[in-house]
Amino acid sequence: MAAFITSTACISPQNTSNSLGFPNEINEYSSNILKCVEPNYKDYINPLQLRRMSKILKMGLGASMICIKNDNQSNPDAIIVGTGLGCGEDLEKFLNSITDSNEQVLSPTPFIQSTHNMVAAQIAVVLKNHNYNMTYCHRGFSFEEALIDALMLINDGQAKSVLVGGIDEMTENNFKFFNYLDYWKKENISNLHLFEHNNSGSIAGEGACFFSIKAENSNNATCINDVSLFYKPQSNCEIEEKITSFLKKNNIEKEKLDLIILGMNGDNNFDSIYKHLIKEYFYSGSLLTNYKHLCGEYVTSSSFALWLADCILKDQYIPDVIKIDKFENKIVKNILIYNHYRNINHSLMLISLK
Amino acid sequence: MPRRIFITGIGIVSAIGNNIEECLISLNSCKTGIATISRLQTAHNKIPAAEVKLSNEELISILDINEGKKFYSRTALLGMLAAKEALNYSNYKYNKTLRTGLISATTVGGMNFSEQYYKDLLSSDKHKEYIETFDCGDPAERIADFLKIKDYIATVSTACSSSANAIMIGARLIKNNIIDRALVGGTDALTKFTVNGFNSLEILDPTPCKPFDANRKGLTIGEGAAYLLIESEDIAEKQNIICELKGYSNANDAFHPTASSPEGQGAYLAMKHSLDMSSVEPSTIDYINAHGTGTDINDFSEGKAIEKLFSPNIPPVSSTKAFTGHTLGAAGAIEAVLSVLSIKNQMIYPNLHFSQPIKDLSFSPVTNLIKNVEIRNVLSNSFGFGGNNTSLLFSKC
Repeated sequence: MAAFITSTACISPQNTSNSLGFPNEINEYSSNILKCVEPNYKDYINPLQLRRMSKILKMGLGASMICIKNDNQSNPDAIIVGTGLGCGEDLEKFLNSITDSNEQVLSPTPFIQSTHNMVAAQIAVVLKNHNYNMTYCHRGFSFEEALIDALMLINDGQAKSVLVGGIDEMTENNFKFFNYLDYWKKENISNLHLFEHNNSGSIAGEGACFFSIKAENSNNATCINDVSLFYKPQSNCEIEEKITSFLKKNNIEKEKLDLIILGMNGDNNFDSIYKHLIKEYFYSGSLLTNYKHLCGEYVTSSSFALWLADCILKDQYIPDVIKIDKFENKIVKNILIYNHYRNINHSLMLISLK
Repeated sequence: MPRRIFITGIGIVSAIGNNIEECLISLNSCKTGIATISRLQTAHNKIPAAEVKLSNEELISILDINEGKKFYSRTALLGMLAAKEALNYSNYKYNKTLRTGLISATTVGGMNFSEQYYKDLLSSDKHKEYIETFDCGDPAERIADFLKIKDYIATVSTACSSSANAIMIGARLIKNNIIDRALVGGTDALTKFTVNGFNSLEILDPTPCKPFDANRKGLTIGEGAAYLLIESEDIAEKQNIICELKGYSNANDAFHPTASSPEGQGAYLAMKHSLDMSSVEPSTIDYINAHGTGTDINDFSEGKAIEKLFSPNIPPVSSTKAFTGHTLGAAGAIEAVLSVLSIKNQMIYPNLHFSQPIKDLSFSPVTNLIKNVEIRNVLSNSFGFGGNNTSLLFSKC
């Protein structure tokens, strides 16, 4: 199972939506919730439709249209979206209207727009696309499951091109609720100093990253070799075994991994796993990087990591801001992305230049 | 050749019964599960609905949950009950060398808790323990942990076609050698959120739903769960095989967020592709378990799509939603289980509450229970918001 990324789009808390690769200037935030820098959607979405859309719909539709535009292609053979929390803003709106009106709700719009597959459905409506259309909503697996589905479609010969996206929005209320559960740091910190605070909690984020995935290579496109997930591992030892068997399946030794992108989020309850792997498992010559200080922690943040991997391979440039320890840049051909969400949903992606 | 996929276990909980046996009794006696809402606390208590007869406390007791029992959403509990039955049915055993997945569907997740505690949580953290049960992923992880399934856990949410998609995805994961067997299906509890949602869309029938009837007034909302154990041909034991999943397809209407296109383009494509991939001749489809919600638009456009594909030899068609109500994210799986039972027991279910055919539709649904009839292939349709259309094709082995 392998396929090629021929186009990407990334709407994130960084200035990434212009599709010019990794941005020169990095945005610094002083609160623990990182919100997307949104593009001018009018360039991509019909203004009449735009007015009625919630933020996540705009982000999803915007990113998918940018991705398709960058790809110079008309219509994909499948549209697949991963979104852990779906359309939270409309869901909250509809819940409120039920309570406030004592169940005498008049407008169905937020109910319709709260449906989890609305982003994928709207993309299909805009593109008049009658093909396979799927939405995965499983926490830290949502994006990976969408990607695995895309790889299966290509592997089966059912699709030559697939539009895949990972998208989640951090609403103020979800931020608050997860704050009750100590997901976030208690003190406000700068995202650029996330890894200097050795305590509990992370910073919240959001994003919409879309990818055109194709069966055929063109213009030295980045190759997605494989994606794998594992659930609630019992020990660091089991995690090591999972990574080893993933690499073995793909005929690559860990010494051949030029660069590793890790999902560290600054929460010492969870980063210990990555630190263990760095110390005891990974080859010392692999370049080590992380990304969640740029986009924040959210369930589909691994889609940002995949976008980042694609930038690094395409431009052969490793920005200093993602380096865990300083190192000299070198040629990067193979990248492993390892992320876990709260030590429950773990995932591996192997990306390379063929 | 891709690996063949066999169904080796089934489990269900719905308004017509808490397990396979009870559901079969209701089907055989043509007894609907629809009644006035009694368990859900809602202002719309005059609306009929298809509620599962067990309370959350009863579900917790049957499932023998001891730890943290307060924090299992109704969606999770229903799913656990049906999933457990599917595994027991198949003589499932844990086997370290076999990779087992759970592909589960839901549209509401732990909504019965979010609608209860959301407002309070805006001002205090008093009910914070419920927060992690709100999302769609929670029921699948509860079921997986309960049944010790670990190798691939996924949640699909595509409105009312969700669990049909979960079944299709499970089959594809097996064919792609990512897992060897999978528990596939879906679960959704009745909630104020969905009752009010469909009510605001003005598509709830004030009387029990009448699918494919000229005077249909809308759907009747229901709740429930169903799961199937599917296995690759390499590992399925012969004595456990109930039938085969020969075809599946998902297509999109790309027409409107909630309404299907008048000619049922997505529905037609989903059915057509399912037939094409299975090489099953349309003339050997002996029963279509229709999506048939009872809404004005669905039944007409689904009917048109069936006509386009099968006319002039339209197979027996019925919707079982007048038995079970429309169970949203669970509907595809509940109807898949009923389709499997149709093959196993060689029977066709009646489309209850039907009296007058739809004008401009050339066929009427089956209205009587038909037994001892040859059922070789059954097509099961599930269509959802966002024009998401899926057909599954089950075949006798």
